[in-house]
Amino acid sequence: MINSLDPRIARENLTEDNNIAPLTEMDQFETYEVFHQKKRGDQHVHVGIVHAPNIEMALLFGKDQYGRRGLTANIWVVKTSNVFCTEYEDQDIFETTPEKQYREAGGYKVMDKINKYKKENKV
Amino acid sequence: MAKNIIMNNIAIKELLYKMADDLLVLGHRNSEWTGLGPILEEDIAFSSMAQDKIGHSQALFSILYDLGEPEPDTNAFMREAKHFHNSQFVALQNDDYDFSTIRHFLFYHADQLRFDNLANSSFEPLAKVSRKIKGELKYHVFHADIWLNKLGNGNEESHARMQTALNYAWNYALGMFEKGDFEEQLIAEKVFEGEQSLQNKWLTVITPIIEKANLKIPSEKDWAPILGGRKGYHTENLDQLVTEMGEVFRIEPGAEW
Repeated sequence: MINSLDPRIARENLTEDNNIAPLTEMDQFETYEVFHQKKRGDQHVHVGIVHAPNIEMALLFGKDQYGRRGLTANIWVVKTSNVFCTEYEDQDIFETTPEKQYREAGGYKVMDKINKYKKENKV
Repeated sequence: MAKNIIMNNIAIKELLYKMADDLLVLGHRNSEWTGLGPILEEDIAFSSMAQDKIGHSQALFSILYDLGEPEPDTNAFMREAKHFHNSQFVALQNDDYDFSTIRHFLFYHADQLRFDNLANSSFEPLAKVSRKIKGELKYHVFHADIWLNKLGNGNEESHARMQTALNYAWNYALGMFEKGDFEEQLIAEKVFEGEQSLQNKWLTVITPIIEKANLKIPSEKDWAPILGGRKGYHTENLDQLVTEMGEVFRIEPGAEW
């Protein structure tokens, strides 16, 4: 017998040579991606995954895993296999050349103008 | 008039005790699955709901405290089993997850309907607690319904196990609606709608959900509610639970946690 101080384990009457079959490969439910929204109108933010046998249960588990603590307005779940994504080997498609920096938002020197305006108009 | 208020207090206390004890005992039973749930996510969900139930019982023990009963922890952990007013249903030992899921479903629906009615109780402290926990109860039955449906409509084995568990649980579940001594008074004073009315509502709500899960409620001629719990008649199931539940508290009753 397995000696455990935990009454729940003790009640299970587990023996040392118990015949628990080893897990077969993929002996897990599918995964679902969970998106959490703090307040109405906010963006849903990806917070992690849950394993579940179907989408209703994924929603239940998503609620308990990620919506149990703190503020929550809404939860989305999406089957991981339904997410269409880029390949990491194609990561170079996101690279950009230094000459194109003018096309990035950071390229605008708008804060200088705002500060100048504020200074002149004493806002 | 004064006599009326005193009687009323006893009636309300009886109502509070049976609810608080049901929630405490089932909360404890369900928490026994912590670490042993079928999958990690469900383990967390089921444990979290068990904690909710214990929290709800604490809220009721706090009202009892305001009515002159012992302090909540003492009341919960120092009483002997024969002084508990829970139904025998909630004290039954866990077997497999099929039974725990069925009990979770049958009890949580009754619990939600009971609090739903009490949200309009003339006894304001109870009405206030009911309104506060509304969302948690809604989630609990949401969870229970999905599991019942999934396992009832699962494979042959899951369906058979659920039906067996439902048959076994049924008469115990009917015992939840055992009438107290102050039933008429609670109804007349608009504190609570009464067990009969609650049971009727419960049947109306759960019947279509059970049917949708492809399960059958035992035929009415076999209904024989298992009563006694409300009056302190319990089996060794509760002795075992009460001993274990209060084990740590009793080592040092006055300890600060």
